[in-house]
Amino acid sequence: MKGEMARDVERVVISLDVNGERSPLLVPVHKTLLEVLREDLMLTGTKHGCELGECGTCTVLIDGQPQLSCLVLPVQIEGRSITTVEGLARGAELHPLQHAFAEVGAAQCGYCTPGILLAAKALLETERRPSRHAIKEALAGNLCRCTGYAKILDAVELAAERMSG
Amino acid sequence: MSKVTGRAVYADDMALPRMLHCKVLRSPHPHARIASIDTSAARRMPGVHAVITGADLPVKFGILPVTQDERALEHEKVRYVGDPIAAVAAIDEETAAAACDAIAVEYEVLEPVMSIDDALAPPADEPIQDYGGPHNIHKLVALEFGDVDAGFARADHVREDVFFFQGNTHLPMEQHSAVANYTDGRVTLWSSTQVVHYVHRALSKVLELPMSRIRVVGAAHGGGFGGKTDPFAHEIIVCKLAMLTGRPVKCTLTREEVFYAHRGRHPVLMWVRTGVDRDGRITAMHFRSALDGGAYGSYGVASTFYTGALQPVTYDIPAYRFEGCRVFTNKPPCGPKRGHGTPQPRFAVELQLEKIALHLGLDPAELKRRNFVKPMTRTVNWLRVTSCGLDECAVRVIEASGYGRRETRAGHGMGFAISSYLSGAGTAIYWNEMPHSEVQLKVDRGGVTAYCGAMDIGQGSDSVLATIVAEELGLQPSEIRLVTADTDTTPIDLGSYSSRVTFMAGNAAIEAARKMRTMIVEAAARKMGCEPTAVAVGGGRIGDFSFEEASILAEARFGTLTSSGSYTPPKLAGPYKGSGVGPSPAYSYSACVVDLDADARTGLVHVNKIWLAHDVGRAINRALVEGQIEGSVYMGLGEALMEEQAFRKGLHKWPSMLDYKSPTFLDMPDVETFIVETIDLEGPYGAKEAGQGPLLPVPPAVCSAVHDALGVWIDEVPVTPEKIVEALRRKAKGEPPRFGPNAFPQIPYPPVIKVEPPPKSLAVEVG
Repeated sequence: MKGEMARDVERVVISLDVNGERSPLLVPVHKTLLEVLREDLMLTGTKHGCELGECGTCTVLIDGQPQLSCLVLPVQIEGRSITTVEGLARGAELHPLQHAFAEVGAAQCGYCTPGILLAAKALLETERRPSRHAIKEALAGNLCRCTGYAKILDAVELAAERMSG
Repeated sequence: MSKVTGRAVYADDMALPRMLHCKVLRSPHPHARIASIDTSAARRMPGVHAVITGADLPVKFGILPVTQDERALEHEKVRYVGDPIAAVAAIDEETAAAACDAIAVEYEVLEPVMSIDDALAPPADEPIQDYGGPHNIHKLVALEFGDVDAGFARADHVREDVFFFQGNTHLPMEQHSAVANYTDGRVTLWSSTQVVHYVHRALSKVLELPMSRIRVVGAAHGGGFGGKTDPFAHEIIVCKLAMLTGRPVKCTLTREEVFYAHRGRHPVLMWVRTGVDRDGRITAMHFRSALDGGAYGSYGVASTFYTGALQPVTYDIPAYRFEGCRVFTNKPPCGPKRGHGTPQPRFAVELQLEKIALHLGLDPAELKRRNFVKPMTRTVNWLRVTSCGLDECAVRVIEASGYGRRETRAGHGMGFAISSYLSGAGTAIYWNEMPHSEVQLKVDRGGVTAYCGAMDIGQGSDSVLATIVAEELGLQPSEIRLVTADTDTTPIDLGSYSSRVTFMAGNAAIEAARKMRTMIVEAAARKMGCEPTAVAVGGGRIGDFSFEEASILAEARFGTLTSSGSYTPPKLAGPYKGSGVGPSPAYSYSACVVDLDADARTGLVHVNKIWLAHDVGRAINRALVEGQIEGSVYMGLGEALMEEQAFRKGLHKWPSMLDYKSPTFLDMPDVETFIVETIDLEGPYGAKEAGQGPLLPVPPAVCSAVHDALGVWIDEVPVTPEKIVEALRRKAKGEPPRFGPNAFPQIPYPPVIKVEPPPKSLAVEVG
């Protein structure tokens, strides 16, 4: 007989508020927010690039602040509000950043895009019309291997213009 | 659009019911014989469903027919740290990892071979591979086109230099991932691959199943750059585990495993001898390369030829000798990375011409321009150059950057370099007479679906296909549905590498769409009572009818509306062995200027701006072309300044994204791009490649600019602050003001094969 429970691990009941939906979960206590989002909540829009906090790919917003979900344990953030890329659109209406990214070709392979969208959203909520340098600084923790970053900067500027206009 | 909403499904995003997770046990030794493998403890662990070793997958595979030297799991010998030995399928990743830890392997450790020099010497224990030689030499090449000795004899100035291009890796943001399912005697694999067809072939061989019982589907792709062009062990392993367990199995590599999977840029040591007359015109070139190949063949034979193939495609070299050598070392195998085998020689040739120009007192850009190849010519090594916007590219960046009138001030420098690249290889990886790309179209009540095996790896090939089909049928790209990269439903395409998709799949799409258009126009013309030539197509209309109405008329007339198109490159290879590497139906051209400040005290380089002009033939989608240029410049800058795949005692020095330095938002300068259009005779609407060529001139332009700023040559990449400071220290002591390799090793190249050059003008053949 193959036991389906592999090993005894400590599990905790937690309740996470993700994109405005509260979900009760029973998860191993050591599982990262990134893993819980992807594997327990099936929110696979959040990607993993390194799982060591080095690349910014798994960025989500926690109470509006960009955080690396691979370095956060769900038990640390119970009761706080989490936003993932799936929570950017309002119903079927995309966020201006999403429109801008698609329009200018800021997403090539698209793998780093969710994390960058969220880091950019956090920036535009504190600074309506950031300078190009301010955008670079805000996104410097997010690596992208496809674009050379130029079209991403263009897209954030375009979205900022539209959102403040 | 799915990429900005998080809805694109990458392989690791998939979760099938009852899916198991796979982990691979890998070698901790760079070189060892395997004495025994004991998996019994792992098999007994709760949650473990299967454990396999090399005995379960003994058939060898490899991307090139001549180097079938890999096993999905090795049970006799390991050749690099990371070589796969055993694999576990378990209910979760942690259980699978724990089971891997429980596998006991006994090794007889062998002396590792860690450098080109080591590989050329007799091995302490035994050679890494059981083919090639002498010692750990994998491949030797020696070719001569025209009379090189006579060329040097008539030169007014002859120069020799040695250069080194360090290896680096693709670092795609997405780790490789594959999911397999086995139902009704058929295997399905979803994978993060650039070439579903090559994976399909390898699976068939190793699993010993006919290709008709295997389906390979390209999942949404999180970045390739050449790194997902080989068939990989984990792709084979998950299929085998799915067959054994009857459950879906997923394997996603960790970031560390991706560094060891590699197949990236070969470290290449190069010796170049070039003769010029007093005007700086090249009279002869002799080029030697030594490639550090890592443990397996991969694309290495092709990479070796590529280090010699394209030099005459940028410069008119009347006599050319190429001697190439690839060696095996106990490191992760090298393979194709963006520019495959050509950034290294590009670096060497551009820098040497720069040095020659300074010696002759000529402006480097002017000397290079005097030697540019001309359109409609054949090179000394039989490569056909048709459209060529090289000079226009050079003029554009020189004028925009002010290179010719740059201020000379200590610490500030500008550098100029050029390049060329293939729009798809003219010959296939494995010999066959079939087309390189095929497209099928289906029209059903106005809905258009295009089927093509090409994989969109982020370069936008889906968009290009939709644009072409829409253009021919008078529709909008958003109206074209695409089915791509699925070996069950799409016809063959040789994949997204070699800058071939726009050119080859694009031409196939044009043919398929024109056939479809002919049918629909004919049906509309008949109803309208006019000649087909009188039917206007465009704006969603076919003559008097909407596209949907016209397609219904055509279906009533012809039955099911399908059409197909294919593209086979013209036979372009020259009359010599090895001529299959280098030919392409068209070459792109680029020119680049880099402006930087370099600090003499710290050696730090700050790149201020890069100008890059690229001859893309015709830009089918300008935003995508700009994106490819900007991304190429970025990757070239990373290679020039910081990226380095280096090893210590067989271990990668920095297998993490923090320690393997790559440029961030803050490191990237402004890039001004210029799209030059030359309307290629054979490209779809005149288009050529854009994804690789623009990377190539960046590293040499950076080095030239550093010399311009500080007066020292850094004859190897990456150009780190330490190297600059060391070169300045040598300069201050009165030593040669350079940092780089001092000597090129003795290599037992075979006698050169002498090849008679072809007639230079193409006018008779094409014009």
